[in-house]
Amino acid sequence: MNELKVVGHSSERVDSLEKITGAANYVDDLNFGPELLYAYLVESPCAHAEIRKINTAKAERVPGVVKVLTGKDFPLSFGLYMQDRYVLAQDRVRFVGEQVAAVVARDPKIAKRAAALVEVTYKELPPVLNQMDALKKDAPLLHPGLKAYKHVPWFFPKGDTNIAHWRKTRKGDTEKGFKQADFVFEDVYTVPRYAHCAIEVHGAVGLYDASGRLTVWTASQSPYTQRNVFAEALSPLGISHKDVRVITPYVGGGFGGKAGVSMEILGAAFATKFKGKPVKVMWNRAQEFYNTYQRQGVEAHLKVGMKRDGRITAVEHLLYWDAGAYVEYGANVVNAVGLSATGPYKVDNIKIDSLCIYTNLPPGGPYRGFGYSEFCFGMESHLTRIAKKLRMDPIEIRLKNAIKGGDTLAYGAHMNPNGLSKAIEEVSKEIGWGKKEQSSDPDKVIGKSFACFWKAPAMPPNASSSAFIKFNEDASLNIMVSGMEIGQGLLTSMAQIASEILTVPVSKIRVETPDTDRNPYEWQTVGSHVTWGCGNAVKKAAIDCREQILDLVHRTLHLERESLYLEDEAVKSRTKPGWELPLKNFVIPGIQAEDFTFKGGPIMGRGVFMPEFTSAISDPETSQGGHPNVHYTTGASGLTLEIDRRTGRMKVLKVVLAADVGKAINPDLIRGQVVGGMLQGLATVLYEDMRFDAKGRMLNPNFTDYKIPTVMDAPVETKTIIIEVPQPDGPYGARGVGEHTMIPAAPLIANAIEDALGVRITSMPITAEKVVAALKKEGKL
Amino acid sequence: MKKTIHFKLNGEKTSMDVAPNDVLLEALRANLGAKSPKCGCDRGDCGTCTVMINGRAVRSCLILAVEVEGCEILTLEGVSKGRIAALQRSFVKHNSFQCGFCAPGMIMSLTELLNHKPTPTEEEVKEAISGNLCRCTGYTQIVEGVMDPAVSKKR
Repeated sequence: MNELKVVGHSSERVDSLEKITGAANYVDDLNFGPELLYAYLVESPCAHAEIRKINTAKAERVPGVVKVLTGKDFPLSFGLYMQDRYVLAQDRVRFVGEQVAAVVARDPKIAKRAAALVEVTYKELPPVLNQMDALKKDAPLLHPGLKAYKHVPWFFPKGDTNIAHWRKTRKGDTEKGFKQADFVFEDVYTVPRYAHCAIEVHGAVGLYDASGRLTVWTASQSPYTQRNVFAEALSPLGISHKDVRVITPYVGGGFGGKAGVSMEILGAAFATKFKGKPVKVMWNRAQEFYNTYQRQGVEAHLKVGMKRDGRITAVEHLLYWDAGAYVEYGANVVNAVGLSATGPYKVDNIKIDSLCIYTNLPPGGPYRGFGYSEFCFGMESHLTRIAKKLRMDPIEIRLKNAIKGGDTLAYGAHMNPNGLSKAIEEVSKEIGWGKKEQSSDPDKVIGKSFACFWKAPAMPPNASSSAFIKFNEDASLNIMVSGMEIGQGLLTSMAQIASEILTVPVSKIRVETPDTDRNPYEWQTVGSHVTWGCGNAVKKAAIDCREQILDLVHRTLHLERESLYLEDEAVKSRTKPGWELPLKNFVIPGIQAEDFTFKGGPIMGRGVFMPEFTSAISDPETSQGGHPNVHYTTGASGLTLEIDRRTGRMKVLKVVLAADVGKAINPDLIRGQVVGGMLQGLATVLYEDMRFDAKGRMLNPNFTDYKIPTVMDAPVETKTIIIEVPQPDGPYGARGVGEHTMIPAAPLIANAIEDALGVRITSMPITAEKVVAALKKEGKL
Repeated sequence: MKKTIHFKLNGEKTSMDVAPNDVLLEALRANLGAKSPKCGCDRGDCGTCTVMINGRAVRSCLILAVEVEGCEILTLEGVSKGRIAALQRSFVKHNSFQCGFCAPGMIMSLTELLNHKPTPTEEEVKEAISGNLCRCTGYTQIVEGVMDPAVSKKR
């Protein structure tokens, strides 16, 4: 390959000027004119209840109220992977805060005031507030209709129980594996729920015009998936895909929370009741906490067998997920973990059970890491603990078991080429492994820790990407994709890929956020897969443009086809030095031939990428036989932690993360993912925590009581190491890295605490208070 | 009962009719189309609504619109009206934003700081933005953006 000129370099972001001048528009910044209506929700105060009666009369009498909507107006269910969710509650509510009715008014304050006048009569049912209670024989059933729900073929709901899906993976023989082991170690790890906390809340505005066309503007990672779910859910109203248009302006942070369809269904469905008038639904911060997807809690029972030489002989991982009231998306998190809960290690004997369990808490769903952070807490804690018992170096154990390209995965497919061992070695050097550090403050101790990670995109086997590229008169480009800019810099990396092939500088390329009427299909911007998938589509579209250009020049100017190439925004020929034809001379007007006619015309490229080797169908009892994951991104991380032994207060002095990204399209953007993702991960272990009371009400739905990091909480130093073992089917070898950067944070803290203080904490979050309690329990304080 | 208030927004005289309980953030956005201040929490926690009133960075979600009678208000629209400021250019160079939602508030808080302290220390920079939440960047690149010699001339 020739030397790359744009890919691999840190280009300036294409969205930079808009974002630093305030010109960038987010959904709440758009103007919809004087006809705009506002919806305000009536929410369930009960975690579990039957709806007996809804009296809307008082609310309807309030001047300015246009209509009060209830579940009767929308007898519709929806869902991404399983249709278990409703626009507005039907006969039953399943979590505190669930949408029961909506007041639509000409003014948001009137809507809010009138919503308080809607009278709902409930018959309370016993709530199930944790997943272990939900499994008890006498537990109330949350979804008696579970058996009849439509779902994807790779889910296995257990009718007449609260188990919405059970992923079982079996490889080898774990009993035999544990017999071969010199040491078998078991423990239970617990992880609570977490909130994404994008600074922009969710919002949706729907407009159903007089012709029956539905346009929905949303804060979303998933314009096409939303269009599909809206069209399917609203099909009883006679709406088809061609009638639905989803426009997604800039998004103020996603982290998985704005994937799929959650509250946006309200904007789409409500609009159908008010022809010609746009209807706006904006979440407030509290709703953002209790009525969007939450990261699911888990209780993970882990058993690992190991030989004295450090080889893992068997892994049994049993994970009980608190998936909440509706699992249409969250069940796929459970599924993903059920396939991969060994971590990035070669293990011959594996038994994983990952259970998706309904509870009367808010719906779980995708969150950066998609379940891998949760099981990584146990797995990476466990390996370090076993190393200690075997008096081995925790890094040596990881190197011994590190998975290599070609190794057989838990479900029988083969692992992609990867640089995990190199990542482990680089982190070990950078963190100064083996060198004890001492604080100058006698009350403070310093611990060091290590953890590996991996993650595959979790997506349907036919999740595809596509791209259009069109030239403008001055040979500038418009790239149209429906991969979403959620801050990660997708628009910039797509411009870089096109620039590399077409030699048009990034500064002359415009890539805008999606509109499903204009931009071609992308499944969703999730799973750290768009650099790879959408990048492949853009690369193909750029090559398509290039081939059209070279064909045209060859055909009209009779230059040898093989001699032609692009350089500096012009066509050049290897056999005709000094000759060049600038792109701007012909990419729109065409080339004038000897007879004065014009050949060619506007150059437009198209590219489609489908991972044609994947399949989600496998044996439900073992998961053998399919190829559910496209590839894994792997890596390693190390951390130096200072702890005040009197107060438990912790300060991260240094954290290092090495990820094998295949090829860094833009190294600065990758550093952005590492520094930001790692802080988000550290916050989940050090202080973030969703609290619910005995009635299922969330106690801390605001930034005062649910703390997310400020600048004061950032580690003293975060070091990024980029490893590049190319992904054979990636654009320039690239694979994703967006989610991975937060995955190892929790075991890094737990392992560093044990290194410094000799106490082990197995439940997240690991607050200063918990450290002190653990020290007291061990008699060390 | 609405009241007409008069003030300067980004250097231009303006007025708007506001109810006594109208909050400044919503009034600026809905009545005057100044959309750079955003609503992230509506209770003063996140700082993304930060604007400057008479040279001081404040959270516009905690201020009633009627309070700004006779004041001078500056939003990011005003900062960006002329040349792009050195701080903004440095934000681009250092990849100091990702989704961009917190950027208007960050830039306003830092503009106040740089107006009073042209050569701040790293601690002072952190102090200035300690009330501005950013979920994407991890803050490091924001601090680097301000400490760039093109912005803070010292060192």
